[in-house]
Amino acid sequence: MPAIGQSMPRAASRRMVAGGGRYLDDHAARGEWHVAFLRSPFPHARFTLDTAPARALPGVEAVLLAADLAAVCRPWQTTSASFPGLVSPAQTPLADGRATWQGEPVAMILAASRAIAEDAAEAIAADWTELPAITSPEAALAPGAPLVHPGLADNRAWGQEWRRGEPEAAFAEAALVVEERLVFTRHTGVALEPRGAVAEWDGGTLMLRLSHQMPHQMRLHLAEQLDLAVNRVRVICGDVGGGFGLKMHVYQDEMAVAAACRLLSRPLRWVADRMESLMADIHAREHVVQARMAVDAQGMITAMEIDDLQGLGAVSIYPRSSTVEAMSLLRVVGAPYRFAHALGRTTCVLQNKVPTGQYRGVGAPIGCAVTERLVEKAARARGEDSWQFRTRNLLRADEMPRISAFGAALHGLHHHTAMDQAAALIDLPALRAEIAAGRAAGRVLGLGVAVTVEFTASGPAIYGPAGVGVAATDTVVVTLEPTGELSAQASISEIGQGITQGLAQVLADAVGVPASAVQVGAGDTASSPHGGGAWASRGAAIGGEAAWGAGRLLRTQLLEGAAALLQAAPDSLDIRDGAITDAAGVPRMTLAALARTMLFRGHEMPQGVTPGLSATYQYRREADPTLANNGVHAALVEIDPLTGLVRVLRYWMVGDCGRVLNPLLVDGQYRGGVATGIGEALLEACRYDQETGQFMSGTLADYLLPMAPDIPDITLGHVETPYPGSVLGAKGAGESGTCGAPAAVLNAVNDALAAASGGAVTEMPIHPMAVLRALGAMA
Amino acid sequence: MLPLEEPLAEIACMVNGRPISGRVVLRQSLVEWLRAELGLTGSHVGCAHGVCGACHLRLDGVVVRGCLVLAVQADGADVETIEAASGPEVTALREAFVEHGALQCGFCTPGMILQAAELLLGGGPLSREAIREQLSGNYCRCTGYQPIIDAVQAAGAALQAQAGGAGGE
Amino acid sequence: MTPARFAYLRPDTLGEALAVLAREGEGATPLAGGQSLMPMMAMRMARPALLLDLNRVAGLDGIAVVEGALHIGAMARHATVLAHPLVAAHAPLLPLALREVAHPAIRNRGTLGGSLCLADPAAELPACMLALDATLVLANRAGERGVAAVDFFQGLYATARRADELLVRVEIPLSPGWSPWFAETARRHGDYALAGLAMMCRREAGRITALRIAFLGVEAAPRRLPEVEAAILDSADAAALLPRLLSPLHAEEAPAAWRLHLAQVLLRRAMIGEGRHAAA
Repeated sequence: MPAIGQSMPRAASRRMVAGGGRYLDDHAARGEWHVAFLRSPFPHARFTLDTAPARALPGVEAVLLAADLAAVCRPWQTTSASFPGLVSPAQTPLADGRATWQGEPVAMILAASRAIAEDAAEAIAADWTELPAITSPEAALAPGAPLVHPGLADNRAWGQEWRRGEPEAAFAEAALVVEERLVFTRHTGVALEPRGAVAEWDGGTLMLRLSHQMPHQMRLHLAEQLDLAVNRVRVICGDVGGGFGLKMHVYQDEMAVAAACRLLSRPLRWVADRMESLMADIHAREHVVQARMAVDAQGMITAMEIDDLQGLGAVSIYPRSSTVEAMSLLRVVGAPYRFAHALGRTTCVLQNKVPTGQYRGVGAPIGCAVTERLVEKAARARGEDSWQFRTRNLLRADEMPRISAFGAALHGLHHHTAMDQAAALIDLPALRAEIAAGRAAGRVLGLGVAVTVEFTASGPAIYGPAGVGVAATDTVVVTLEPTGELSAQASISEIGQGITQGLAQVLADAVGVPASAVQVGAGDTASSPHGGGAWASRGAAIGGEAAWGAGRLLRTQLLEGAAALLQAAPDSLDIRDGAITDAAGVPRMTLAALARTMLFRGHEMPQGVTPGLSATYQYRREADPTLANNGVHAALVEIDPLTGLVRVLRYWMVGDCGRVLNPLLVDGQYRGGVATGIGEALLEACRYDQETGQFMSGTLADYLLPMAPDIPDITLGHVETPYPGSVLGAKGAGESGTCGAPAAVLNAVNDALAAASGGAVTEMPIHPMAVLRALGAMA
Repeated sequence: MLPLEEPLAEIACMVNGRPISGRVVLRQSLVEWLRAELGLTGSHVGCAHGVCGACHLRLDGVVVRGCLVLAVQADGADVETIEAASGPEVTALREAFVEHGALQCGFCTPGMILQAAELLLGGGPLSREAIREQLSGNYCRCTGYQPIIDAVQAAGAALQAQAGGAGGE
Repeated sequence: MTPARFAYLRPDTLGEALAVLAREGEGATPLAGGQSLMPMMAMRMARPALLLDLNRVAGLDGIAVVEGALHIGAMARHATVLAHPLVAAHAPLLPLALREVAHPAIRNRGTLGGSLCLADPAAELPACMLALDATLVLANRAGERGVAAVDFFQGLYATARRADELLVRVEIPLSPGWSPWFAETARRHGDYALAGLAMMCRREAGRITALRIAFLGVEAAPRRLPEVEAAILDSADAAALLPRLLSPLHAEEAPAAWRLHLAQVLLRRAMIGEGRHAAA
């Protein structure tokens, strides 16, 4: 039985349930000093620091400031040909005299323990002069607004206009125009394992343990900033306790640890505490969106227009740029639907807040929420069932490939199949009857639907032309061990999503061994080949192809070796279940015997035959910049009309991520992604005091994450449309749940509100007070 | 090396069934001490302010937040961590967690298993609501919780089947 | 997130503990379950010079009926109180409320006395003490004194406990014929309440004939509201009085207007005796 397509638990999970997970903070370096940072308590301030009182504390080894690290670390600055004219000042590991966001590191203490380092951070005599701070994106654009950085003309970092067809005419001629202003509050990722760095310098090589999604990218940046040969830098990411995008950036604090280690030649340890994480991990998805949709008399969408204002934070994150989120948002606007005219404006502004960055789903959850809110509004204005409105307007499979009005490449999407499957899963007529009965009994129930298109598994065409050093090609190296097992190394990263298990299954089938005989490693730049790591839901679609290619190469080599030994033609042999067999499947020799012969009894090999026991395959997808996938989400919610609290009672999702390598892992990604999206819709918010700009969500008692009672059971369905351009046909699955859930919940709440009071909510997360106001129950 | 000024305390306790004695930093939490000094890194520190549940361990037989107990308070106590946690409940949970995909990154898993074991030990009904409530103080960012609920129910059913089988003999 | 340095004492007897408090006064901070104090220390919002650990003090965690009152020792853990048959029999309001207190692992360690002496405005147990008409018994080296719950809670994190005193137990008068009602609203299960209501009442022929109520999470400290109680006894619209009588707390995620609204909602639910609400 092939391993591909089987539900198999990630092999590492057996170790983890026994307490054997090995995360960043589980590693120690002998003689290490502990690091704490003094961080700016203000969103914008000038400062001078007297470190003498801190240095005088017993147990404090050093206190470093910006100038100290400048000696060993170059500044870095985000630039991208995709964002011409991007305004984003250079960054240094520590702020020098002026902090531009609350939480920005300004001094670094090295001490005998973390507690003493924190004592020292308190002991630094800091003289802060608060400067005017910009937190709201709209305020950033106001005439005469204070500037986030001196010397700027204004706070605009980047902007663009997108136009296709004749949008003005389409809106002028429309039978119906619906519009909405939607406000999205910042979230942050909250991986349960915080970021951190354990650094060692042996005089020749810098070894840095990180909790990161892309070890090779970090290795390159470390080498560049610290002026080291790249092969003198080793980055190790062991077990990673969740990434979600927040662990794919270059952070000041991590760079500071590496620089200080290089400067002082001492092992250093820094692990962010949760308050540091909440204030200094990237935030994401702060947008104010004004959008409208034109519909003709037949109920066909003809045009969409969107004006998106994005708050970036104090800089655009390195190296990818925070503006990617706005691009990603624009790309999914209206993507499931058929219309020809589009107008988009994107404005990205700087603020005195922690930088934003790519986070699970990037801009897609917002683009989807905007689109689906307008779809609901249009259907409602037409007095029509929105399911029907969607079915009519969704692109049919035979209308692809095509480029959407907002410029996205669409191929192989089967919206109607997914809608049909969703309707069956939900049992739509029965659910509608249930909702009607519930409403008649006074319950405030709502059903929300969202159709998603998501662009996954980015190929070289995304960051390549942008001139940003992000690898989109990936490599797998696989070796036959003398015991007959396979050991492989992948440039894809394991961050808990289980991709190493998926790759093991691919290798197993590609070579012809049981999946249990395959061990896949990743994350250590000393052993894994260079490649992209974990981002853009690419593990199966890109890493899977690399694994397949490597496995097939190795198989060919092994068959050549076996054929020479067995005096048979290679194509008369097969490899099945770890043995060389004849064409009928009769075992001729085990792979272990073959490997042992080749390794230990090479003298027995026929002359001139030296088939390698290792194979390397690098996969680069040449066609299709991204792999579009699609899905249908539905949420049933109940509102408590007295408190405004919203509960998601049931949730359904049908996804099409192409070939499913491992259903257990894909279902896990879908469900986890939906949970992230439900949290985003109902709970999670980075709040700032409107007057002082102070960050108000600094603990997990303030930043509300969904807990077990907040997430319902999620019923899943699968449509499997393999991507025809690859061997395995997988597309991305890791972010699909997050892309659709906020829209489905928003629509469900508004469906309930429309029936109860005719009101609506337009701000995410949906605060119970806003629900009460929409119900007319509160002023 | 810590400076002389750092206050320490002598403690003696049972850790995972073995008597341990040593000096602890007074202001160190129990979970930090277990991790840093005893190498018991199975309990994780996810928030250090008592919200996430990743640091759960057993203190005198009940599950507590390891970040909200000082190491010095373990003096005279019986401490058990995921590494040594045993008994049919934990065994069944480990098996079921793996089988149901109840973990992805695994960071929350030790705390989750210990908390779930307490529910199974209590012997009450294992409705999905009851499990969700029992686990409401344990964050998971990866799974959406459903596979965890599935796993706890499955472990409960497996234990019942075992008990039923034993009773029938 | 590591605490600042502190000194630490762990007495075995109440006498030793009280002697330390007599000597150190404000300088000593009693440590009960630590489920609130420890996070505050980790954030360095609390910086005790001397931590007085009460977890070894013998005899502070008993639960018994003594002379017409249920006595619960200050160091009784939430989980113990929640499951105790005497509490279920004589103060069933407490299990109702304790189910809403945080999460199982917190309840395994947190104590009744710790919660009462911290006097967090959103905590469940202080309001329950008012509704139960409990007496909080404080001890110092000179002896014991009882303080009525209505007099104990004096403001935001402020109580009648003096620096040389420890709360040793609460005494809850037995109240046959009274029934409990408790509900709170929180964003998530186990969160501190945005608003909650603890009530003990006697119902005769569907009418409330006697009652004690206290809100939690609404104001800086729980208090009895005589005007409201009187209005309820008169079958008047008591909830309508709340905007005039309450001074709700304000926070970014939980503005005062919402807390007030929720207080009214809870009071109306209490009047019709509606059980614990699913969403609450």
